[in-house]
Amino acid sequence: MRLVVDLNKCQGYAQCAFLAPDIFAMHGEESLIYDPLAHEEQLERLERAVAACPVQAITADGLDPRDGFLAGSDFVAGTGRESSDGR
Amino acid sequence: MSQVSLVRQILDHANRANPYPLYAELLKTPVVHDGEYGPYVISSYWDIESLLHDPRISSDSANLAAAGPDAMPQAEDDTGLPPSFIRLDPAEHDRLRRITNSAFGPPNKPHRVYDMQPEMHRIVNELIDGFGDARQIDLVDQFAYPFPVTVICRMLGVPREDEPHFRDLVDPIVAGLDPATRLAGGAEFQKKWQEARTQLGMYLAGLVEERKKHPRDDMLSDLANSHGPDGSMSTMEVLATSVLLLIAGHETTVNLITNGMLTLLRHPEIFQRLREDPELSIKIVEELLRYEPPVQIVPQRTNITDIEVRGVTIPKGSMLWLVIAAGNRDPERFADPDRFDPDRQDIEHLGFGSGIHSCFGAPLARLETQIALSELARRLENPRLVDDPPPYRENAVLRGPRHLNIAIDGVR
Amino acid sequence: MAADYVDWLRREGRIAIVGASLAGLRAAETLRAEGFAGSLTMIGDEPYEPYDRPPLSKAVLLGKASPDHTDLPQRRDIDAKWRLGVAATGLDITAKRVRLSDGDEVEYDRLLIATGVRARPWPNEAEAGLDGVFVLRTRDDAVGLCRRLGAGARRVFVVGAGFAGSEVASACREHGMEVTVAERAGGPLVGALGGVIGAVAMDLQLENGVDLRTHVTVTALEGDSGGKVRAVHLSDESVVETDVVVVSLGSIRNTDWLAGSGLGAGPRGIATDAGCRAFDFRGIVTDDVFAAGDVARSPHPLFGYQFLSLEHWGNAVAQGETAAHNMICPATDRRPHMWMPAFWSSQFGVNIKSVGVPPMADEIMITQGSLTERRFAGVYGYKGRIVAAVTFNNAKWLEYYQRQIEQGAPFPVGYPTMDRRPEGRQPMPADFPDPSLPTHGPTVTLSGYSPADRRMVFTPAHH
Repeated sequence: MRLVVDLNKCQGYAQCAFLAPDIFAMHGEESLIYDPLAHEEQLERLERAVAACPVQAITADGLDPRDGFLAGSDFVAGTGRESSDGR
Repeated sequence: MSQVSLVRQILDHANRANPYPLYAELLKTPVVHDGEYGPYVISSYWDIESLLHDPRISSDSANLAAAGPDAMPQAEDDTGLPPSFIRLDPAEHDRLRRITNSAFGPPNKPHRVYDMQPEMHRIVNELIDGFGDARQIDLVDQFAYPFPVTVICRMLGVPREDEPHFRDLVDPIVAGLDPATRLAGGAEFQKKWQEARTQLGMYLAGLVEERKKHPRDDMLSDLANSHGPDGSMSTMEVLATSVLLLIAGHETTVNLITNGMLTLLRHPEIFQRLREDPELSIKIVEELLRYEPPVQIVPQRTNITDIEVRGVTIPKGSMLWLVIAAGNRDPERFADPDRFDPDRQDIEHLGFGSGIHSCFGAPLARLETQIALSELARRLENPRLVDDPPPYRENAVLRGPRHLNIAIDGVR
Repeated sequence: MAADYVDWLRREGRIAIVGASLAGLRAAETLRAEGFAGSLTMIGDEPYEPYDRPPLSKAVLLGKASPDHTDLPQRRDIDAKWRLGVAATGLDITAKRVRLSDGDEVEYDRLLIATGVRARPWPNEAEAGLDGVFVLRTRDDAVGLCRRLGAGARRVFVVGAGFAGSEVASACREHGMEVTVAERAGGPLVGALGGVIGAVAMDLQLENGVDLRTHVTVTALEGDSGGKVRAVHLSDESVVETDVVVVSLGSIRNTDWLAGSGLGAGPRGIATDAGCRAFDFRGIVTDDVFAAGDVARSPHPLFGYQFLSLEHWGNAVAQGETAAHNMICPATDRRPHMWMPAFWSSQFGVNIKSVGVPPMADEIMITQGSLTERRFAGVYGYKGRIVAAVTFNNAKWLEYYQRQIEQGAPFPVGYPTMDRRPEGRQPMPADFPDPSLPTHGPTVTLSGYSPADRRMVFTPAHH
């Protein structure tokens, strides 16, 4: 399974590195490095990591945390509020 | 109904079983200044999320002590132990949390929590085996409490058989986290509470001394002997941290597991799905953290300068209560917020807080609860709630049932 | 009439996306997610399905990921006709046709240009061709570099200490290789984050054993008789023997293929309106050609409507999504692209993140933490406003500063914060290089004009 982490969103909570340590690792205090290709037998771990990410930054084949991925990409100038609540 | 009485109602034990209508009422006024207890109460998701990342908001017990009538910070200082890292700001907080993390998680110990999973399965199944032929169980006393206690004892290196002893000390400390209990209890309660913290520190001091001489593969050993880039913790810092980990390491998880089973038994179709698909527990736990978070209120923050929230100026040095259980059901943030829906795609809940003080033990709590709920679903025959709602603990901050009686036809 | 056209387009129109990378893929997914049922053609000059580039200089070089395994997950089936390994070579905006390097043509009703950038090669072609001289932008670059490093390099020479160059240096040091970095400016990352932060990045490199040479340029790469690189000559007349050279001099926007097309495309990218529609050379917006990602530059309301070119991962995602939405929606439903610039880098175990547009600033203030501990948050100010922020290992605070930028919060920061040190009490010059001097790797380019500044120059392309 292919996966990618939006490292703009990532704040280094390290939940993925706890729950799927063979895919995700912390490099220093808060940098995340990961293997973008996970094996099938890692599915459950990957699923845990995707679900646990406090900022929902991990996208993986078949495990997209957000179906409405159009949300959250732009903000309303002036209010400064992310529109990721839009649905 | 005035807003002031709303805060009182939330703290009122009579409303513990279902505070959510009160939270919904609270959400209508994003900033409520409570004259009776003193705090500014913040309930909307975005405001809480912002304040948890706001460098003008302090968790430091010294700032809190100056903020209001709440006796807790001073009381904690009088226990002989320094504040634990949840009651400190950067840079001290960061240093202590980093050292603690070096004994707990990546990058130093990336497998410590992960490798507990087989052990967690074993403990869970022993507890379920222990139900025997009973036709009714108390999930709290027979499962949801002993399981995380056993796990945190194992991780820290605290003898499991000492649990009756430290439980007597933990109970008043946890009760002291509840503002109403604290204020109503007066000096006598405060004394009891302080003594408990002191004694728990002394109890752990014995273990820490022993681990300094004979380190083992556990967190107490690693904390006592830490010498990484951040140096080492003082003995008092080790004790304050160990007290925190021992308490926080199980008290909240008890509630998460119990709230989880209660919620599942109220949603039998989801419970049935979990039986058929244990991995559904992953999503169930995240939704639970939104829907029934074990920590409902973060009452330990203060602003070190005037801040403005939704047009309300909160003067410097105010006590802030962040009602994360209300924010988690904020209709401005979550569609259909009062619905328990593990299939929810958009689930950035505040159940573990956010920012630098986000729950240290979150990965442990997640795994424990995922394993607990999926194994309960797999093994309990026809579980039914005996009392709905069940009796609740007094605490409004760490909210959960005191007992959860479940009728079963047996154990698979 | 217009509404009928949009309906028809959504049902059976033809959309071509040139550039099969992050922006192109996210755009394609968005088109399908929003109900585009017509035909979709994805054109990419590399023979690979869309893959992720940031890991190439981080996880891949560190050995945590395989260089040819960074394919991007696809959030849905995009049901596209893939034309991979075939470059677009020309565009006829009148006939609505893209010419391909294999002689084929692809007709479209709507076109998205997401051709991105390529690594700026070493300017001397013969020297660039020496064995052991690399750039790092594509998967093939990474495969080649990894293979060479794995075969045992004693010294790696990195030309340019921008983000990519610094990341390469970091990874190589972690593998225990000797590393020399040459940088024209006074420190690493200076173009992107200024001299104050550059000094921190410099200490980081020196502490990690990088042989960092600043205020120098590379004058020549020297090969041995076998055509293999053996030494690097510097402007201070020193010579450094090396086995590998990584040229990290920033990038060039892939707009050459648009020469003569009539689009407003050039070395600074393709100018678009806020809705991702490309301008033609007359400054008139097209209705059927869109651009997104590294190749695009578009006006940003938070930054004085300056045209921003952002070589940022997040910008590629957001702009691809916005462009796709605007390609198939009625005119009144179009959205502006107003993504907050943001990027990250990971080097020497430090997580560096930024929001806003640091090079726009003239001053910086450290609001939390300490530069010497290399854990801090700082804000950049310009004309009394916060325009950017940076964190080193302090990422959890960054979103606060992002909101400050969005709200046009005042600079300098007067209020206290936790962990404010003496060094953070005063604003200081951010110390960006003179913008008129050439730099190789700013991740943000400020260019163009505000609505009040209507000067423009058109230079027709000659070929």
